[in-house]
Order: sequence, then C-alpha cells, then structure tokens
Amino acid sequence: MSPELIVFFLLAALSVIGALSLILQKHPIHSALSLIVVMVSLAGLYLLMGAEFVAAVQIIVYGGAIMVLFVFVIMLLNAGKEEHTDFSKLAKFGGLPLALALTGLLAAAMIHNGASVSNNATPDALASTTKISMLLFSTFVYPFELTSFLILVAIMGALVLAQREKKA
Amino acid sequence: MVPTQYYLILSAILFGLGAVAFVVKRNIITIFMSIELMLNAVNLAFVAFSQSMPDLPHGHKLDGQVFVLFVIVVAAAEAAVGLGIIILTARNRRSLNIERVDLLKL
Amino acid sequence: MPNQPILDHLWIIPLLPLLGAAVNGFFGLKWPNKIVNTVALSSTGLSFACALEAVREFVTYVAPSGQIFRKEFFDWIVAGNFRAGFDLQMDQLTVVMVLVVTGVGFLIHIYSTGYMAHEGGYYRFFAYLNLFMFFMLILVLAANYVLLFVGWEGVGLASYLLIGFYFLRKSASDAGKKAFIVNRIGDFGFMLGMFLLFRTFHTLDFHDLFDQITKQNWPHEAWGAFGMMTIACLLLFMGACGKSAQLPLYVWLPDAMEGPTPVSALIHAATMVTAGVYVVARSHILFEHSETALVVVGTIGCATAFFAATIGLVQTDIKKVLAYSTVSQLGYMFLACGVGAFGAGIFHLMTHAFFKALLFLAAGSVIHAIGGEQDMRHMGGLRKKIKYTFGTMFIATLAIAGIPPLAAFFSKDSILLQAFRREGGWHPLYFIGLLTALLTAFYMFRLVFLTFWGQPRYDEHHVHVHESPWSMLGPLVVLAVLSVIGGWAAAPALWGGKDYFSEFLAPVFGSGEAAAAVDEAAAHNLEWTLAVVAVVTALIGIFVAYWLYVRQPKKPEDLARSMQPAYKTLLNKYYVDELYAAAIVRPLVWLSENILWKVVDVEAIDGTVNGIAHGATAIGDTVRHTQSGNTRSYAVWVVVGALAIIFIIFWPALHAFVAPAQAAVTK
Repeated sequence: MSPELIVFFLLAALSVIGALSLILQKHPIHSALSLIVVMVSLAGLYLLMGAEFVAAVQIIVYGGAIMVLFVFVIMLLNAGKEEHTDFSKLAKFGGLPLALALTGLLAAAMIHNGASVSNNATPDALASTTKISMLLFSTFVYPFELTSFLILVAIMGALVLAQREKKA
Repeated sequence: MVPTQYYLILSAILFGLGAVAFVVKRNIITIFMSIELMLNAVNLAFVAFSQSMPDLPHGHKLDGQVFVLFVIVVAAAEAAVGLGIIILTARNRRSLNIERVDLLKL
Repeated sequence: MPNQPILDHLWIIPLLPLLGAAVNGFFGLKWPNKIVNTVALSSTGLSFACALEAVREFVTYVAPSGQIFRKEFFDWIVAGNFRAGFDLQMDQLTVVMVLVVTGVGFLIHIYSTGYMAHEGGYYRFFAYLNLFMFFMLILVLAANYVLLFVGWEGVGLASYLLIGFYFLRKSASDAGKKAFIVNRIGDFGFMLGMFLLFRTFHTLDFHDLFDQITKQNWPHEAWGAFGMMTIACLLLFMGACGKSAQLPLYVWLPDAMEGPTPVSALIHAATMVTAGVYVVARSHILFEHSETALVVVGTIGCATAFFAATIGLVQTDIKKVLAYSTVSQLGYMFLACGVGAFGAGIFHLMTHAFFKALLFLAAGSVIHAIGGEQDMRHMGGLRKKIKYTFGTMFIATLAIAGIPPLAAFFSKDSILLQAFRREGGWHPLYFIGLLTALLTAFYMFRLVFLTFWGQPRYDEHHVHVHESPWSMLGPLVVLAVLSVIGGWAAAPALWGGKDYFSEFLAPVFGSGEAAAAVDEAAAHNLEWTLAVVAVVTALIGIFVAYWLYVRQPKKPEDLARSMQPAYKTLLNKYYVDELYAAAIVRPLVWLSENILWKVVDVEAIDGTVNGIAHGATAIGDTVRHTQSGNTRSYAVWVVVGALAIIFIIFWPALHAFVAPAQAAVTK
C-alpha cells in the first residue's frame, strides 16, 4: 500500500460521500455544499495525477465561481426543502433502477477494460502550464477562440434573461 | 502508483451517482447540480486518460487536460445561462419543483 | 446491286397504312367523310402498289438466284447472343400473302366507303381498319417469330376494336372481349412454343432456325413420340387454333359477326384468320419433322371442317352461316397442312380469300338493300331486284361449292387429292372432307335460295329494296372475276393447265408433294376419279338444297320437327358456348370473386395496407405516452437513451465479461 494509493482512496471516498450526500440531502443548499466537497476532492485527485494547472482551474473556476453562483441563486430564490411529488410513474418506479443500471454498466465496462489502460505517470516537467498553454494556442486555437465566443454569448444571454419586464 | 483503472472506476461511479440524482431529485437547482457532478466525473476520466498516455512529441499527452479546460469553460457558460433560466422559471411557476413545470402537458 | 428501291425499303408497305391510321385517328374526328376516305384509300392503295412493285422486283431480281430477300432494318431486341430485329423478308410465300392482304384489303376499303357512309364513327372505323392492315402486313413480312408475334397480337387488338365497333351495344362489346380472350388462350400456347424454340435453337429468326434444322439433320419424330419438335409444333398450333378459329377455340368467330360486315369480310374471312394457316405453313419444316403434330393438325382441321359445316346447316342469320363456313374452310386449310400439302393449303387460302370476302361483302350488300335485316327467314325473292349483288353472290357460292372451273374447285380438289394419296391411313379424313364438301354445297345454296328465290317474306310496303352504290358493287365485281380465274393459277396438268402455283411456291415448300406417284397413268386416273367424285358430291348437295328450298319450301320445317333433338342441337351450336360457360367461365368467375377478390384483394392486400396504417396509429398511440409533459419522466428517458447507447457500444466487451460469469454459474 503505497502512500499514493492511500491518498487516492481517501480522496475517492470523500468524493463518493459527497456525491451520496448530494442525493440524500433534502435542502438544496446542503446539496450545493456537498458538491463543493466533491469538487475539492477531485481537485486533490488531479494533483495526485500531476495535473496542477487543471487542479488549480478546478478550484478557482468550479469551486470559486460556479458553485458560488449556485449558492447565490439558492439564496435568491429562497429555496426550501424539496416538496415530495410523484406525478410521473416512470420516474417513480423506473428512475432509480435505470440510473443504477447505468452506473453498474459503466463500472463493469471500466473494470473489464480498464485493466488494459496503461499507466504512465506524468513527470513533473511535462505537465507544466507552459506546455498546456502552448497546446492551447497552437493545436487548440480554434476551440479556444470559439469558447471565448461562447462566453460572450453566455454573457449576453444572462443579460437578456435578467432584464426586467418592460411594463407596456 | 495508482493504476489508471481505479480513476476510471471512480469516474464511472461518480457519473452514475450524478445520473441517480438527476432522476431522483425534484428541485430544479439540485438537478442542475447533478449535471455539474456528471461533468466533473467526465473531467476526471479525461485527466486519467491523459496521464496514462505515453510520452509523445507534439504534446498529445496533455490533450486530455486541455479538454478538461474546455469542459470547465462550457460548464461555466452553461451554468450562467441555465441559472438565469431557472430564476425566471421559478418566478413564473412560483415553485422550484420540477414537476410543476408541466405546461406541455395535455 | 440492281435497282430495287421498294425491296430495300420494304417497311414502307406496312408503314403507309399505319400513317393512314394515325392521321385518321388523331385528326379525323371533325373531317367530312370525303377526306377520311382519301386518307384511308390512298394509304392502302399506295401500299398495294408498293406491294406489287416489291413483288415485281423480287421476281425479277431475287427469285432467279433461288434465295429469299431478307433485310434487317433495325435492332429491336438485343440481349446477349439473342437478337430479334425489325427484319422483313420476301419469299414466294410472302408474295402470295402480301398480295392477298393488300389487294383484298384495298377492295374492302373501297367497299367500306359505301357501306359505312351513314354510320357514326366513320373516321374511327377507317383508322382501325388501317391499323389492322399495318399489323397484318408486319405479320406476313416478318422474318422472325418475335416480330410475327407483334403482328399477331396487333391483329388481335384490331379485331377486338373492330368487332366492338358498335360498342354501345352490349352484345358487340361482349363479342369483342370474347374474341380477344379466346385469342389470348391461343397466344399463350404460341408464346410457349416460341420459348421452347428459342431454348432449343437459340434463335427465333426463320432463316437461321430452319437452316439449323436442315443442316444439323434434326431427327424426325414418329407418331406417338412427344419430343421437343412435336411439343413446339403443338404449341404453335394452339396459337393457330385461337387465331384461325379451330376446335376448341373457334367460339369467338360466330360472335364476331357483331362487327360491321366489311370487318367480317376482311378480318374474319380473308386475312386475320388465315394468319394461323400462314404460321403453320411458314413453320412447315418444323411440322415436317414431327409426325404427331401433322396428325393433330390434320385431324383437328378435318374435324373442325365437318363440325362447323353441320352447324351451318340450320343457322338463320346470313352472316352466321358465312361465319361457320369460314371456320369450316379454315379446317380444310389445316387439313391440307396436316397431310403435308402446304402449297395446297396456301392455295386454298388465296381462293378462299377471294370468294369468302365476296360472300361477306355481297351479304352486306343484301343487308344494306333490305334495310338492315339479317335473318334469312325474312328475305326472299330478291334476285330480280338486286341483280348485281345476286350475280356476284351466285358466282361466289358456285366457287365455294367447288364447281369447276371456278377457283375453289381446284383448291379443294387439290387438298382432297393429297389427303387421299398420302401414305399412312389418312383415308378417313378424305371421306370426312368429302362429306363436308357435300354439306358445304348444301348450306351455301340453301343460303342463296332462301335469300334470292321464293316469295318475299319481308314487309314489302315498309322495306324499299334498292341496289347498292357502285362503291360497294365495284369490289364485288372484281372479287367475282378473281373467284373465277383465281383457280387457274394452279390448275394441275390434268386439265391442260400448268400448276404455276405449286411451281412458284416450290422454293419454299419443296416439290415433294407435287409428284409422289410412281405410276403416271394410275396417278392421272386417280385424279380424274376423285375430281369427278367431288363434282358429283357438290351437285348432289346443290340439288338437295334446290329441292328443299325452292321446290318444297314447307319440307324443311317438317324435317326439323321430325328430327327435333338433332335440329335443336345444331341450332344451338352443340351447346358449346353453354358448356364453356359452365365448365370454364363460371368456375373462373367464382374463383375470381370469392378467392382472388374477397381473400387476396380485400384481406391480404387491403389488409396489409390498412394494417400498416393501423399499426402506425397504434404505435403512435403507444409512443405518445413519452410526451407526458412531465419533465422528470423526460429525465428518465434521457437516462434510458444513454443506457441504450452505452449498452450497444459495450456489448462485445460485456459479452466476454458475462461469459465467464455464465460459465461460473453453470459449473
């Protein structure tokens, strides 16, 4: 049991507990906080794999921006406990089993095939921000520009949505 | 050394849990958060595969991490717009229960 | 290359009537009769002139070298090694046929201008008539079976159109359908015969096919052997039975009298019905290799001749008598082919065309004269009133009865002689043929006596008997002349004449039939005897008819009453139509109605189509539940979809994953 393996299992357990908590909590704010736990543990896992830049971005953007946004919205809308309604028979009886089946299928596939995926840990020198940025601006320059465009569109969309209704 | 397979299994489990939350929960915001969970699971898989690639010239080894960046960007944009829609819908239907958003019902 | 313009453009002979048909058919509706006449007559007349010229060129340039003229005009069907082209040929047999078709056809066109002058649909009649000429000429000029079959089918179509010309009358349209359908049954056999020939010889071209048979020394199939040649010949003969109204496919011809009289003259006397005889004669090499086929042809021909003659004895409609007479004379032609006397059969075809067309046209003239009446019991005493009609009809009747020196004497005598002389027990056919000649003479003169002699049995005050115009009488006179002199072309040496006809056709049929007798003197004696017998028989028939219908007009009724059952059977045509209706038509109609309609059409086909529609509705009904409006269920469907896709992608891997588990379970 190498130290890495122990850390991995700890972080993995933390993320799974966080995900379970997201499902089981009744109040959305608790679910949001559970999600933050998951994200932080995932950032830890990225670090374990040697992807520092991605880990940093995960914390900053995901944890620091997106989740904050979620929390703001929850507070803004005064979201309370979930009311329990069951208007869809399909969702009531089939939802959980099907989703669990999906989980099981993916897990089985990973177990069966995953053993063949090789394991070449990244030496520190390689996974540097410099290398990533070089990739980003050479091979992936088009997607990069498109994502900036996407963000622009999102901003405009958010602006439009946030407008007050004009009283005619 | 942690075998890559373990990361993949974890990714699968997280994705599945996200799917479970997606169908079981009733609050719109919680469902949205489960989507984010699924995206995160996918990110984990990307990074796991990226670190499993052999060392190649031209940087193909790091493609996975670049993809993760794009996924995060898209998730951010999506969250912004989506939450805006959720706010409007919640105001409109005066409820955050997804089953109350049923205007398409005959 | 000698100057033979028409032969090189042989297609002009059928093309001219086709143009006439097209012009009249498309534009003739508003035209006055004169213009329609001009178009129709000029196209047919020019065709006749071209035919004459073609014959002249053939006889001058081609015939001396002993070859036939054959030209390929364009490729019609080319498939692998098989080629059926638009090839036309001219040999001695074609000469006879093409002259008969265009010549008699032209005369009948002229006659029709007078006969149909007051009928509606004038332009349509001539369009159809020209169309018929086109197809018939294709039939006789064709150089392969496929093109011949095109003409074959085409004349069937034209016959249907013309029989049902007065289509507003149900009996007429029924008759047209009957003709076409019965013909079709024969055509089925014809096509099967063609397929069999193609499969064996890989060509349907006359020249190639007959060459193959003679050069490869194809074996002769004896009586009783049903080899390929026999079956092919029998199938071709089946087609000939349909087209030429032999047993058992003759039933359409009497009904075809519903059409206008010129139609009966042209199609059902002179040309279309002779197509069957032409095909058998053209395929004589095939038939000569099969003893069984020849026996079948001869027997059926003889039986039909006798059978039809008996029916004709008691019919009262003037055209029906002539119809049965046609069937009977066609039987004679097939009898000739059956005994191997193909030349004699073609000779009888030619003379028959003359006198039968004349008989029909004259009958049309009689009908026209007394205002539309066709029943002979309502005629009588007309001979002084319509002299020209009477004269020509009398000549034609003498001809058909076989009185020398008119045409049919030579042709009929030639047939009977060949039947008698051929080795191998054909004698019964000779005697039946002789008996039929007796009956023929009898009923034809019965017709003449009933129509022209005796007291008028029609209403003299209301019916004004008038002679026909010269447009109708002219062709009658021409045909009468031909009926007299036509036979002299083949007068055997016996009578001081030379058998020009057989000599002319010798390149086609071979001269085997001409002189088989060893002893010249004995042969001459035989010919004399048989000729005398034939003439005496005819005279007996005429005398009996004279006695019964002129001398003792009451006698026929007494005879009919005393032989009531026989008389009724003959009058009702042996109830053949009723038999066919009960045995064939009714079951078919029942089958069509109850099985093909109610089961196959309504349940299977409609059911399938409607079922698909119902299925679509049912599926839609089921699937609509996915669109419930409930967002949570949509979420579940998303998961289901993802599950399905991932399942499909991972199936191979999972299969390997599950197998060890299964093996573990079974252990």
